Amino acid sequence: MKRQIPLVLVLIFGLFMVIQYFIPHESSEWIYEYLLDWITIIGVFALVLGIWSLFKVNYDKISQRKPDRGYSLVLLISLFATMFFGFFAKVDGSWGLHFSTADGLQSYMYRHAYEYIIRPIQSTIFSLLAFFIASAAYRAFRARNVLASLLLAAALIVMLRFNPYLGPLGDYISEAANWLLNVPNLAAKRAIVIGIGLGMVATALKVILGIERSYMGKG
Amino acid sequence: MTIFEKMMAIDRRWVFLLLAVVVVGTYAISFQIPIRINSEVRTIYEFVDKLKPGEIVYLGIDYDPSNQAELHPMAYAVMEHCFRKNLRIIFCTLSQYGPGMVDAAIKDITDSLKLDKTYNGIDYKGRELVNGIDYVFLGYKPYYALQILAMGQNFRLPFPIDYYGQPLDSRPMMQGVVNYKQVAVVIDLSGGNITDAWISYGQGRFNFPLALGTTGVMAADYYPYLNSGQVLGLMGGLLGAAQYEKLADNPGPAVDGMRIQVFAHLVIIAFIVLGNIGYFTAKRRRAKEGK
Amino acid sequence: MKPLLITVSLLSLMTAASFAQSDPPVEQPMATDSTMVASTPSITPPAPVSSLEAKDSPDDHGHSITLSWEPSADDGAGAATVTSYVIYHSTSPEGPFDSVGSAISGATTFTHSSAKESDAAGFLADYVDRYYRIDAVTADQTIRTPSSVVGPVQSSGQWYNDGRTPVAVAVAFFGLLSLFFLKRAKAGADLYVRPLGGIEAVDEAIGRATEMGKPILYVLGLGTASDISTIASFTILGRVAKRVAEYQTHLIVPCYDPIVMAVAQETVKAAYMDAGRPDDYKEDMVYFLTNSQFGYVGAVNGIMLRQLPATNVYMGKFYAESLLLAETGALAGSIQISGTDEVAQIPFFVVACDYTLIGEELYAASAYLGREPLLLGSLKAQDYAKAAVIICALLGALALNIAAASNATWGLTFKEFFKVTN
Repeated sequence: MKRQIPLVLVLIFGLFMVIQYFIPHESSEWIYEYLLDWITIIGVFALVLGIWSLFKVNYDKISQRKPDRGYSLVLLISLFATMFFGFFAKVDGSWGLHFSTADGLQSYMYRHAYEYIIRPIQSTIFSLLAFFIASAAYRAFRARNVLASLLLAAALIVMLRFNPYLGPLGDYISEAANWLLNVPNLAAKRAIVIGIGLGMVATALKVILGIERSYMGKG
Repeated sequence: MTIFEKMMAIDRRWVFLLLAVVVVGTYAISFQIPIRINSEVRTIYEFVDKLKPGEIVYLGIDYDPSNQAELHPMAYAVMEHCFRKNLRIIFCTLSQYGPGMVDAAIKDITDSLKLDKTYNGIDYKGRELVNGIDYVFLGYKPYYALQILAMGQNFRLPFPIDYYGQPLDSRPMMQGVVNYKQVAVVIDLSGGNITDAWISYGQGRFNFPLALGTTGVMAADYYPYLNSGQVLGLMGGLLGAAQYEKLADNPGPAVDGMRIQVFAHLVIIAFIVLGNIGYFTAKRRRAKEGK
Repeated sequence: MKPLLITVSLLSLMTAASFAQSDPPVEQPMATDSTMVASTPSITPPAPVSSLEAKDSPDDHGHSITLSWEPSADDGAGAATVTSYVIYHSTSPEGPFDSVGSAISGATTFTHSSAKESDAAGFLADYVDRYYRIDAVTADQTIRTPSSVVGPVQSSGQWYNDGRTPVAVAVAFFGLLSLFFLKRAKAGADLYVRPLGGIEAVDEAIGRATEMGKPILYVLGLGTASDISTIASFTILGRVAKRVAEYQTHLIVPCYDPIVMAVAQETVKAAYMDAGRPDDYKEDMVYFLTNSQFGYVGAVNGIMLRQLPATNVYMGKFYAESLLLAETGALAGSIQISGTDEVAQIPFFVVACDYTLIGEELYAASAYLGREPLLLGSLKAQDYAKAAVIICALLGALALNIAAASNATWGLTFKEFFKVTN
């Protein structure tokens, strides 16, 4: 019974969502939007669960004096500090609750945490990608066999396509690169995407029919 | 270990270091490099350029600060172009760290619009941008796919009030603007999965002209949609931004950044070539010794 | 007597209506002429729009009327004086008519619509007679020519979206195909699946982790619990967790999405039960990190470099973080197995990982792992659907080419059949 109720729910809502796609009438849209609201609501509750889990794991690490607990401490302090400045702000010289108000969003601490901590950190981590691409390319692009040589040649052409120092050769390279992107690249990509699309529909069907149950925690 | 074997196995830290030196060097030394324009950026520029004054552009700033380096120049170039052409913009962000960035960008562009400028030989008088008449900023809401769907019904469903707390109905430029049907083009700038949602939930359902700006890494992924006509144009990374700046005759940080990118590519190519020379010589030597 | 009465009442109605008309009043042709002569002699009133039609917008939820017309003869041609069209609407043929929007010159369609909430601004109720008129307007706003009034027309919602018929056909075809193979599989047909290198490697990698006494890191990606790739990843996580429980190794599953975390906890718990070691399951195996993409990268990279897992498994949806994770893992010397349906990230994983499941292989993994005939049956259906797609693509290319060469239109008809609108 405990297993069957979720399966029945999945069947009903799954079939409804499939059929809803073909019915533009407002009654079908109304149910659809109602269900979407529920996703938002469940998401909010899950977020509370998530934050609790984050707190508990890190709190346990600190209280049980596990190695690397310093990181957990930094995490918890940051978590609560951000939360605090999200809720409270100093407006007109006095502290008060300004959750999600214009004053709250403009408050000194909130804005500065965003401008001078979150923004630079995020940009830095993303920028690391450039370095990682360089080292990964250096290791991967070796002309070990015919296929790898083709890959190497294609990579060089695409990387050089906007290089302005190649003179007339640049036009040919640019054209070759466009052909590579628009023909072989696209062909392969479409094939993969079509396969993925069918796989998705098949998996969705299996979920709806209750054959695939991994989302219920049972592999 | 021979020199060739060493060439095959350069420690990644040397790769990082050289790349960093070249990036910082080309950043510090300012020089111009020519920029080639390709058709997928040109179509966006021309589409926007042909719009009539008063038409509405939806500009989605759907990226995090992490993608700012690549996507912010695009946003600025498009904004300047639109406002100079007297188009109106609906700003919106579906990324949680977006609102602050959009707000700051609007302030910057307001300052820039006050100046007289000449682009592509046309003189534009400076003017004061007015919130509510020249643009509205809807703000941010989580669950991007739901918001894209909801805005297809009515912008007022997810955003009854704008970012600055004003009811949308009170904004002069929103009079008669219900949903995407009243918008001439949706330009989405995103560094992640929000782009896909705009294609499938937005363009797929509501059939509006959609132009994309993506990070360089993602760009190749969206060529299929370009060819199928679901997307009218595509700006990929800093290069796409630089091309738009060039087309709009408004060189900015992207055109400036291209020299860094070109030389960084050359460093990567040099390492690849080095690795391959090492690989082949080592292989030949082994083959000889084997005989 | 009667005709006279009717005439008088009609006349009075018309007069009332013309007074009642709201902004800007429709000038009588005579009146317009005189103002024109007086003020701006250079602009003559433009020709009106013709063939004005008003229809219920097709395939929608109602509350919307689509207007179409032939532009005025003076729009871009003739005297070229038309700068815009203003659309007027009323619920009675006599008016009053209200302006509901405008279209720039050259336009030939306009959609008059509202949100479906009855308190929405400019709400359009369904099943109400509506009448429309369009003014061709010149640069001098007062010089304009109204069209004749069209109507009545009613808006209504449809119960079937014609534009999506190709999707309906495809869904029905694929559904039936799947059901057929599920039935065959149930009946005991022998279905073959080729081995998947990445999945075979999982067992070996867990063994290695056990020997080294190091943990296994399982990353579910940035997807939500409703993403198909995340669902597929849960299956693989179940399998990995079961092996980990059997070998008594440690498992780390940091999550990006709280709902994914809740499901992953259940999956791992169930796997430990299956392995007969429910007591070994610890709360801190599966936990939530952050909903910020690069914050997540930073945290997971930190785990990799501090705890040095023997094996990293990345399965699910990945974006720009794919290489950031996989290169760090390579740096830490872990065996890495990945799988994603994000096409752009596949190259990064291929470069930095030891094994990569490409696209649909990720979904196939659950069928492959379970070896359940039912799951295998759906794989078979996918193969046949793929064959159908290939045949359609070839036929389409052929049809378009032949049609282009012989100037026939049937090739386009063939293409149009597959086109999904709206």
